[in-house]
Amino acid sequence: MNYAIETNDLRKTFGDTHAVDGISLSVAKGSVFGLLGPNGAGKTTTVRLLATLLSPSGGSARVLGHDLATEGAAIRSKVSLTGQFASVDEDLTGYENLILVSRLLGHSWRDSKQRAGELLNAFDLAEAAGRQVRTYSGGMRRRLDIAASLIITPEILFLDEPTTGLDPRSRNQVWDMVRDIAAIGTTVLLTTQYLEEADQLADRLAVIDHGKLIAEGTSRELKASVGSGTLKIHLQDPSQRLSAEALLQLVGANPAQATTEGLSIQVPDPAEAMRILQALENAGIGVAEFSLGSPSLDEVFFALTGKSQESSEAI
Amino acid sequence: MNSPIQNQPINGILSQHTKPKPLNTFSAAMALGWRALLKIKHVPFQLFDVTVFPLMMTLMFTYLFGGALAGSPQEYIQYLLPGILVQTILFITVYTGVGLNTDISKGIYDRFRSMPIWPSAPVFGALLGDVLRYSIAAIMVLGLGFILGFRPQGGLLGVILAVVLVQIFASSLAWIWIIVGMLVKSPESVMTTSFLFLFPLTFASNVFVDPATMPGWLQAFVSVNPVTQLANASRGLMHGAPDISSIVWVLIATAIITAIFAPIALRMYHRER
Ligand SMILES: Nc1ncnc2c1ncn2[C@@H]1O[C@H](COP(=O)(O)OP(=O)(O)OP(=O)(O)O)[C@@H](O)[C@H]1O
Ligand SMILES: [Mg+2]
Repeated sequence: MNYAIETNDLRKTFGDTHAVDGISLSVAKGSVFGLLGPNGAGKTTTVRLLATLLSPSGGSARVLGHDLATEGAAIRSKVSLTGQFASVDEDLTGYENLILVSRLLGHSWRDSKQRAGELLNAFDLAEAAGRQVRTYSGGMRRRLDIAASLIITPEILFLDEPTTGLDPRSRNQVWDMVRDIAAIGTTVLLTTQYLEEADQLADRLAVIDHGKLIAEGTSRELKASVGSGTLKIHLQDPSQRLSAEALLQLVGANPAQATTEGLSIQVPDPAEAMRILQALENAGIGVAEFSLGSPSLDEVFFALTGKSQESSEAI
Repeated sequence: MNSPIQNQPINGILSQHTKPKPLNTFSAAMALGWRALLKIKHVPFQLFDVTVFPLMMTLMFTYLFGGALAGSPQEYIQYLLPGILVQTILFITVYTGVGLNTDISKGIYDRFRSMPIWPSAPVFGALLGDVLRYSIAAIMVLGLGFILGFRPQGGLLGVILAVVLVQIFASSLAWIWIIVGMLVKSPESVMTTSFLFLFPLTFASNVFVDPATMPGWLQAFVSVNPVTQLANASRGLMHGAPDISSIVWVLIATAIITAIFAPIALRMYHRER
């Protein structure tokens, strides 16, 4: 197997903080790899290490075959980083930002202008090209930032939380971009706090917390350990909760967690959700509202480590 | 605005693309200097808030104290203006540190550092942009001076030489603000910290008055203050009577400040954060 990124016991400490605490993983060439973790898990630190912005405190890594410790310049010429916080100049216009980056990468002024124009068109920013970036929305900034990372098609693209804080439409736009970028063979390493995002985009994903790898695998493998979704039920009469729980136990559903308005149950598939709702209706327990969603990161943590994020953070 | 992103264009422009040769250091600094120019164009305020103050000082001192200090405002401005030019340009150097601090906190610094360019290029680019900024400020101050009756005996050449000398010294001072810019948390603290040094330096000098009437201890300080030497040199050049010893003094001070602070600044700039 040909790997774009291989890390071996990679570590980074800041004072007493073990931000990255012995991570070993392999990312296949041309794949999309998702790094999933809560705030402070060490996602940004990992990405910054791999993009040569930080030097490791321990362990080793190879990026595109180059040793991270000694061949930083070679790595920098082949990878692009879109950081967690937009790394564009707010005082400049979108067009000027792209020209600047393109020029720094070695394009002539003429080619840079052309390239900036092409990218602004492709990223749906042509109308805003002449406006200062400080007037851009969060989604527009993100797109500009990603565009700046694609002036030269990189062999690896690092995306640090590309959709945090974006509305659903902008998020979908970014997802489409990531798929397009992956389609031409660029390896993408993205970090996210959302299981759904990793599920949508990543071929493989790793869950990290407190700088340590908790689980690694395909989204399907991870979900198998978590269940495909969470059924949330609001009862018309919350006082019926106990009888509802008893009924669910009777029909053989997973154990239900009590919520303020009702129940939440892990279900392996949508059919199970239908079965549960049917059983409640048959028993005359009124359902005011229900939803079936992907498990949240917290639920993944619960399933993988047996403790919730909050309690693990306290350790 | 409702059109979804079309797959075709992105795929198209990505795949057809060839990699250019990396940019040489000089061109990289030029490109970053272009960025500094754009900033002046888009945010002219950052030039005005440091030039308006010296311009006000010029007006105030000329008309309020000019008569008392030099017999007439007309005579006083011949003395004052070369010094005000020094003060203005020294204050603008602070923006080098402010700009760097902003870049680091906003993440642009990360983008530059992750690109295959000479890692120091952004610093030199910023300095290049600053030289342009100093020139614009110099033109503003000199313009006001001419309106108020400033008539340099050294002619255009004398004025240009004076401006160049002040800029050379200012670039060395900028290294100190680059260091401050990396040490403190916010652009505002860069300003406050730097002004704390610049105010005593520019006022306890001979920019505004001849130090002959000052108390002895102050005279001692004023005479070793580099701003005094710079103001002397600037006056001499503008009025056609170059003061060689001051000029040499300024050039030596520039060399020493640069030799000490530039390596520290560059080392700190390369340090990871
Ligand atoms: N430069 C630094 N100095 C000191 N501590 C740091 C530094 N950078 C990160 N840390 C610490 O390292 C840990 C991991 O941080 P990191 O930014 O990598 O997390 P993250 O997964 O990206 O979190 P988020 O989702 O909030 O972006 C945190 O505890 C953070 O406080
Ligand atoms: Mg982060």
